[in-house]
Amino acid sequence: MIDIQSVSKSFVTRDADPVHALNDVSLEIYDNEFFTLLGPSGCGKTTLLRLIAGFEAPSSGAIRIAGSDVAALPPQKRSVNTVFQSYALFPHMSVAENVAFGLEMQNAPKSLIDERVREALEMVRLEGFAARRPAQLSGGQQQRVAVARALAPKPSVLLLDEPLSALDLKLRKGMQSELKRLQRETGITFVLVTHDQEEALAMSDRIAVMRSGDVLQVGTPRDIYDNPQDRFVADFIGESNLLPGAALGRDPAKTIIVRPEHIVVSPVADGAKGHARGAVSAITFLGSDTLYEVVLEEGAKLHSRSRGGAALATGDRVVVDWARAVERELAN
Amino acid sequence: MGPNRTYLLIAPAMLVIGIFMVLPLFLAVAYSFMTANPYGGVTAPATFDAYLQFLYQRDFDDSLVFSPSYALIILRSIYLAIATTGICLVLGLPVAWYIVCQTPERRRVLLFAVTLPFWINTLIRTYCWILILRDEGLANGALRHAGIISDPLPLLYNDGSILLGLVYTFLPFMVLPIYSTLERIDPRLIEAAHDLYASRAAVFRRIVWPLARPGALAGATLVFAPALGSFLAPDLLGGGKKLLIGSLIQMQFTSSRNWPFGAALSTVVTVVVLTVFVIRSRKAQEERR
Repeated sequence: MIDIQSVSKSFVTRDADPVHALNDVSLEIYDNEFFTLLGPSGCGKTTLLRLIAGFEAPSSGAIRIAGSDVAALPPQKRSVNTVFQSYALFPHMSVAENVAFGLEMQNAPKSLIDERVREALEMVRLEGFAARRPAQLSGGQQQRVAVARALAPKPSVLLLDEPLSALDLKLRKGMQSELKRLQRETGITFVLVTHDQEEALAMSDRIAVMRSGDVLQVGTPRDIYDNPQDRFVADFIGESNLLPGAALGRDPAKTIIVRPEHIVVSPVADGAKGHARGAVSAITFLGSDTLYEVVLEEGAKLHSRSRGGAALATGDRVVVDWARAVERELAN
Repeated sequence: MGPNRTYLLIAPAMLVIGIFMVLPLFLAVAYSFMTANPYGGVTAPATFDAYLQFLYQRDFDDSLVFSPSYALIILRSIYLAIATTGICLVLGLPVAWYIVCQTPERRRVLLFAVTLPFWINTLIRTYCWILILRDEGLANGALRHAGIISDPLPLLYNDGSILLGLVYTFLPFMVLPIYSTLERIDPRLIEAAHDLYASRAAVFRRIVWPLARPGALAGATLVFAPALGSFLAPDLLGGGKKLLIGSLIQMQFTSSRNWPFGAALSTVVTVVVLTVFVIRSRKAQEERR
């Protein structure tokens, strides 16, 4: 659906060197998938989204949408609609007029516009709000109008720029599943930009993890969680222990990555062998889980998260253990 | 502090407004119903003569004869004020838009440039236009030099030069309020409109103009009211051949010594401006709904 080939983007600033927002990024986004660009702020994810929408032109490289090169096309000529972070609803128009705008601009017949507006508002569950002004709606409702407005013209791709960041936690969770449902119902390719890794894991078919203008890894949420190919990815997606090989008596040129939930901590007295020994330095009770911080004898620190767990106290000498299959080894 | 005492706090402001704004207005209205004193000022008895003068002339035998000359002056003044407002709007909107699209530093410079004429006395600036427009002036000189014309064009002392002077004087009052509304438009709205297949023309028609309209209305009021009463540009650039209402009022208090008629004219101008203002604010209220 979207083919991004060696795209670079730099912004010329007046007093400093040009800022390289994207370095030679190549990606393929498939038909009918929920794709997420995930990374911390300043990683280039929003720039990439704006390049797909057509608000910016790439410095080099090509972007193809449905097979045709869109480099020369302005946003109004691309079958791509955007849900903006700030929603960008037209304040002087009613909800229905906002949703109808894209269709009107395509010169759709009045009957079709009415039908699509009704459909779109139904889809986001705002049937009774057609006559309201955006200012009369709550943040969550405005967000759904923005989604309805972008979906009404039935674009081939829907771009979502941190659409949930302005909502409170509870609303955010609700909208996550709502967006997922909309993607499945409409069959439109969704491209989401977010810095929230939980959001990305919960919603996406595939994720591209980005950092400082580079795509570090592309894969399904499970693939990225289980097989991080990079220290940054391992650390950014969920929590990870990044242990120097030396601390475990292995190759010092390697880093061992283990998720906290995979680490079992048991008292030395139990006689388990394990990968290393240490002492419990802190215990955090998290309700269903307990988090143990263990300082290994060789100096490294790790976290273990366990359900219920053994009755350990701070200062207890412990053995840490995990199945070799769950650990990942990366070159330093 | 009780509610009675708060009146004391606004009393000085009310006093200033009362003495310097409300009282003169009532005085003007009162004078307009008096008889003219040939040595200036007004005397008894009270009469409607000043208002009758708009449409009738008192003949030697004291009979009233219809004479539209003053009414025509008023209509011409209103027409020129409306034309000034229209031209200022057409010129001011793109200028304001251009300034909004610049970087913040350039905006500051350009806004300063818009207000720059205020630093020079209006009289001097208007005289400069005479130097530019007269037969031996800069404009005709340049055209003759370029070989486009052989005889000077009559650029000065006509409705065109009056209009030019009025537009030149009042354009900043249109640019600034429009700029302040355009500046508040979220650029994402324009991106969103483009994203939803709107052409540049459609973006202007459907997004920019509706959001800029309050500023344009404010600007129109700020231009129309002073343009209607202005006498500097009409006198200097119109050559005083055809009177406008501003000059006419000024004359009544000076050379003509007909204060009641001058006061009546002022009252009429005030009523016209107030009517426009009321219509405008009604419209603005409707739009907000």
